[in-house]
Amino acid sequence: MSKRSRLLTAIGAVLLAALYFVPLWSIQLFAPQYPEGLGMSIRLTTVVGNRPNDLNTINQLNHYIGMKAIEPEGIPELRYFPLVVAALIALGLGAALVGKRGVVIAWLGGLAAFGAAGLVDFWRWSYDYGHNLDFEHAVIKVPGMTYQPPIIGTKQLLNFTASSWPAAGAYIALAAFALGVVALVVQSEAIPPVIPRSAATRDLHSPARGVIA
Amino acid sequence: MKPSLKKLLPTAIAVVGIGALLFACRTTNPGVKTAVTNDAAQKVFVAPGQYDEYYAFLSGGFSGQIAVYGIPSGRLLKVIPVFSQNPENAWGYSEETKPMLQTSHGFVPWDDSHHPELSQTDGMPNGKWIFINANNTPRIARVDLTRFETDEIIEIPNAAGGHAAPFTTPDGRFVVSATRFSVPIPNTDVAISDYKKSFRGTISFVKADVPGKMEVAFQILMPGYDYDLGHAGKGPSDGWFFFTSYNSEQAYTKLEANASQNDKDYVAAVNWKRAEECVAAGKAKTTPSSYKHNFIDENSRIATSETKTSVAMLDPRDCDGLVYFLPTPKSPHGVDVDPTGQYIVAGGKLATVIPVHSFAKLQKAINDKEFESTIDGIPVLKYNAILAGEVKNPGLGPLHTEFDGKGYAYTSMFISSEVVKWKLGTWEIVDRIPTYYSIGHLMIPGGDTKRPWGKYLIAMNKITKDRYLPTGPELAQAAQLIDISGEKMKLLLDFPTIGEPHYAQALPASMIKDKQVKFYSLAQNSNPYKIMKEAEGGINRAGKRVDVKMLAIRSHFAPDNIEGVQLGDTVYFHVTNVEQDWDILHGFAVLGNNNSELIVAPGETRTIKWVPTRVGVFPFYCTDFCSALHQEMQGYIRVSPAGTSVPLIAKLSDKALTQTGRLEKTMPTKHGHE
Repeated sequence: MSKRSRLLTAIGAVLLAALYFVPLWSIQLFAPQYPEGLGMSIRLTTVVGNRPNDLNTINQLNHYIGMKAIEPEGIPELRYFPLVVAALIALGLGAALVGKRGVVIAWLGGLAAFGAAGLVDFWRWSYDYGHNLDFEHAVIKVPGMTYQPPIIGTKQLLNFTASSWPAAGAYIALAAFALGVVALVVQSEAIPPVIPRSAATRDLHSPARGVIA
Repeated sequence: MKPSLKKLLPTAIAVVGIGALLFACRTTNPGVKTAVTNDAAQKVFVAPGQYDEYYAFLSGGFSGQIAVYGIPSGRLLKVIPVFSQNPENAWGYSEETKPMLQTSHGFVPWDDSHHPELSQTDGMPNGKWIFINANNTPRIARVDLTRFETDEIIEIPNAAGGHAAPFTTPDGRFVVSATRFSVPIPNTDVAISDYKKSFRGTISFVKADVPGKMEVAFQILMPGYDYDLGHAGKGPSDGWFFFTSYNSEQAYTKLEANASQNDKDYVAAVNWKRAEECVAAGKAKTTPSSYKHNFIDENSRIATSETKTSVAMLDPRDCDGLVYFLPTPKSPHGVDVDPTGQYIVAGGKLATVIPVHSFAKLQKAINDKEFESTIDGIPVLKYNAILAGEVKNPGLGPLHTEFDGKGYAYTSMFISSEVVKWKLGTWEIVDRIPTYYSIGHLMIPGGDTKRPWGKYLIAMNKITKDRYLPTGPELAQAAQLIDISGEKMKLLLDFPTIGEPHYAQALPASMIKDKQVKFYSLAQNSNPYKIMKEAEGGINRAGKRVDVKMLAIRSHFAPDNIEGVQLGDTVYFHVTNVEQDWDILHGFAVLGNNNSELIVAPGETRTIKWVPTRVGVFPFYCTDFCSALHQEMQGYIRVSPAGTSVPLIAKLSDKALTQTGRLEKTMPTKHGHE
């Protein structure tokens, strides 16, 4: 691979390190009682309120509908996903180092698989929170109502308007992926066309050339 | 002869006609029709959901509190309890706040609060605190502007009627308090007729720039007059303080007439930097005095009342150049210093002019020793030597002056009920506008500072007859908003206020709106009765004292079934609101409590005492509508006869336990939350 492609791959890999520091996904909740909004961010290692106590408040409000408390300690993915990202950074850097097209493709595949797994996992947890309700202790029971927030988009959940959007981390991961793709494309363009030398020579002498001239 | 009806009818019609004509010609009050300009409504309209431009803090006068209004809308935002007990939120009733109202006279549950004063740095409001005086039992309170709560109150010893207070020095180091009433010092059993011999006034300088550490730095012993108002010098006159006095006649009866005899009374010019030098040089006498200093601990939010036992007293005779008297016509009331610090404007209640003293001339007169006499070691300067000019024919009863920072001064006229606008330097009157009615103070946001925000003026009126729907014998007092952005003053709005809107201060909302505390940190709450979990709650008996530690959360109390209390017990409910969410307050009220209800802010612990008066089962409930299930937020406490064998029980239903159990897991336990 060209120097430029390897550099792009390396930048992509290093970019992934940002995932440890910025939120991946963000959920915003607005209600007449909360015009200023409540929010929580899904990070690689934890789930936090957007402001101090937002998560606590969300949990407290959710008791009315019998939803389980959101406890980051109880989500094992938050412990092993950081390791996956570490592995992806290592793989990306490795791909840049060895400069093999196949390794870059493997890295991109890993990245895509991780992204997909993350979204599926997010959906699975939000499904569990939204459907697995403790009706015995719930104060508000609306028949047929579930409280799963959308993965992307906005949904009305009783008095709350819940919006879920990718946050900086998701965009950074996407950018890293894009850099990898660009690295492959740039590398393809850098390869000179495979044309037999004889054919080229012959070309020079073809009568057609004279026509062009 | 018997006059026929026909003949009499025209006469009768004529008589009735003339009567009707006379009735129609009756004199009507020409002043009641208010001229409001067409765009007034637009200028004061703050659309629903929009914010006002200024916070205005109006004292409640005899209500003892401060009311906060949004300007220009005149909407009431909050009443801050300061000197008067407030059963609405247990200010002065809860165990935590009761010490705030302690004085050397014991618990004083009320006062008369006159002058709010914003804390300053370099002659400008800094948005940290607002101070206010207690006029009756002399005190100064400090209210925090991130919480809109009274944090500290200091009593002023050797004083009676803390009226000339709590005006600040431009550096914010001191607020002052001068006595309205002179009294015997020390106050002992003397004949009132010994007034001239025994009665003295004091001017106190209170160190005020460190929260929780207010102290009377020193007092200046003054002749036995009535000291009325004060303002600090600034710019060239920084380091000086000016106080009005009246009753230089030293009358002690029928002051109305007897204190209005002298042609001139005095403005006392105090060189407070000189006072500090003299105090540092040991020229003040340590005078035994007993007074209280009350303050709230930031973390426990429990008030402490401590007793102070002495004060440094400075006699002008022992400190050269400390005080000078400036003769000023007819019982001066307000004394105001213009933004440049060059002019000192006095409002002689009964004067026909507004005299303006010049600080430059004042200094020259001191240097040239242009004294007409000396009173108790205080030189009296010659009126003509210090006068900058007089505003002629301003109206009747000039009281107070504020400034717009554009070279104009605005003086309130109590008797002629108007505001008069005049030009500094030329002393000519350029405009006047009626007020409805009998204006006392007026206020321009920052109008007493170096750089006023000269857009609005608020007139504070004592009488509102015919301005609002009548409400029996007592009518609301009112504030009037006047636009001073143009050449002519324009009336925009008037709105009724709580108590008496005596004086006010205002600042741009942007200075404090984003600094508001939203809730108290439960983790930092160091009240000894705080609980964070239901398991920590419960009931405890020590003799006849029963303590109930209780948690409040949407939407229940824990415990909510309490038994084992006996008649003759004193029960203390310590309620911790474990919410960490803005504007989620809980109330606590128990049937028949002779005390008050509680309002508990998120993260706070508050204690209310209850002495049951009969045997039975009594409900308690939340009084602050907290949630959809606020009405369910209730419980029972059982009171048994004395000597009963009913065990102490404090418990909670299983359902509530489940909720709290889950929340305890996510409750922040450390300092910084997430």
